[in-house]
Amino acid sequence: MILLIIIGMSLATMIPRVLPAFIVDKLEFRPWVNRWLNAIPYAALGALIFPGILTVKDGSPGAGLIGGAVAIVLACLGLNVVLVVLGAIAAVYVLAF
Amino acid sequence: MEERFAIRKRRKAVFLRGLAACLPLMLSYTPVAIAFGVVAKQSGMHLFDIMMLSILVYAGAAQFMGVNMLSVGAGFLEIVIATFVLNFRHFVMSFSFMNGLRQIPLKQKGPLALGLTDETFAVSAIHKEEADEPEGILFYAALILSAYLSWIIGTAIGGLLGDVIPEKISQSMGIALYAMFIGLLVPSVKKEWRVGLIAVFAMALNFLFSQFLSGGWAIVCGTIIGGAGGILILKEREA
Repeated sequence: MILLIIIGMSLATMIPRVLPAFIVDKLEFRPWVNRWLNAIPYAALGALIFPGILTVKDGSPGAGLIGGAVAIVLACLGLNVVLVVLGAIAAVYVLAF
Repeated sequence: MEERFAIRKRRKAVFLRGLAACLPLMLSYTPVAIAFGVVAKQSGMHLFDIMMLSILVYAGAAQFMGVNMLSVGAGFLEIVIATFVLNFRHFVMSFSFMNGLRQIPLKQKGPLALGLTDETFAVSAIHKEEADEPEGILFYAALILSAYLSWIIGTAIGGLLGDVIPEKISQSMGIALYAMFIGLLVPSVKKEWRVGLIAVFAMALNFLFSQFLSGGWAIVCGTIIGGAGGILILKEREA
């Protein structure tokens, strides 16, 4: 029964992921639609970061904010993403727990 | 003969660049995957089912939610519909990703779409030029395959080892995914400040919608409406 549920979850995840591959080739988009689709990654990143980052530590949104602030500073300095991630983990480890 | 050698060399180089671009992703995936394995194991699931979740569903948030719902005895339809709602954002992301891969044939980009997650989408979206390169498909294939494998291996480690990682460390690693998203976003904002406006707009929308919608729909609405801001402020070729 659990396996059946997992297969159901798999289809519910797979179909929305794959459908656009079949649709996109059949459509010719106007420039404004392309501008919209080009903006989607940045909008998605924004929506994925906030407010989710407040939930990094249960009951203390400050922990996520500290880690986020450190990540912003490191990224602004031009560090590689790997270092940004490591720096943010270290900051949360030292400051928030 | 020499030409064939040159092609193989170029392919290998493109593939390796895809692996390199995936490094931060693997770094932030692995702790989350391990945490998932641990949480699922502690909820009483069998290792086989836990692995099947990571292999067949391959969607972090939905897997955590699924384990949670299974443990409280939720039914088939409830869980499947909740998964669909939570992951519908990938439809929007895939649309944007596939639109950038128009020159690549369906039978190549179809499998790529299967491996689309928040994180692989974010990394691919920052690496758009590769779509126009010869053999560029290999860049995305390397990225998506290595992400998938690190998710599965991390899950296995978590499921096998159980709760051996101190909570202080595992909780600190909760910041990893967010730090990666920030690390991907900031360089784009430095290049073109307008994309920062779009991101902040989407954050505000997501915050607003999450007051009265489920997390899944709030992200979908925040992404679509936030992205619509790009119609007004982006130029055709940038981003």
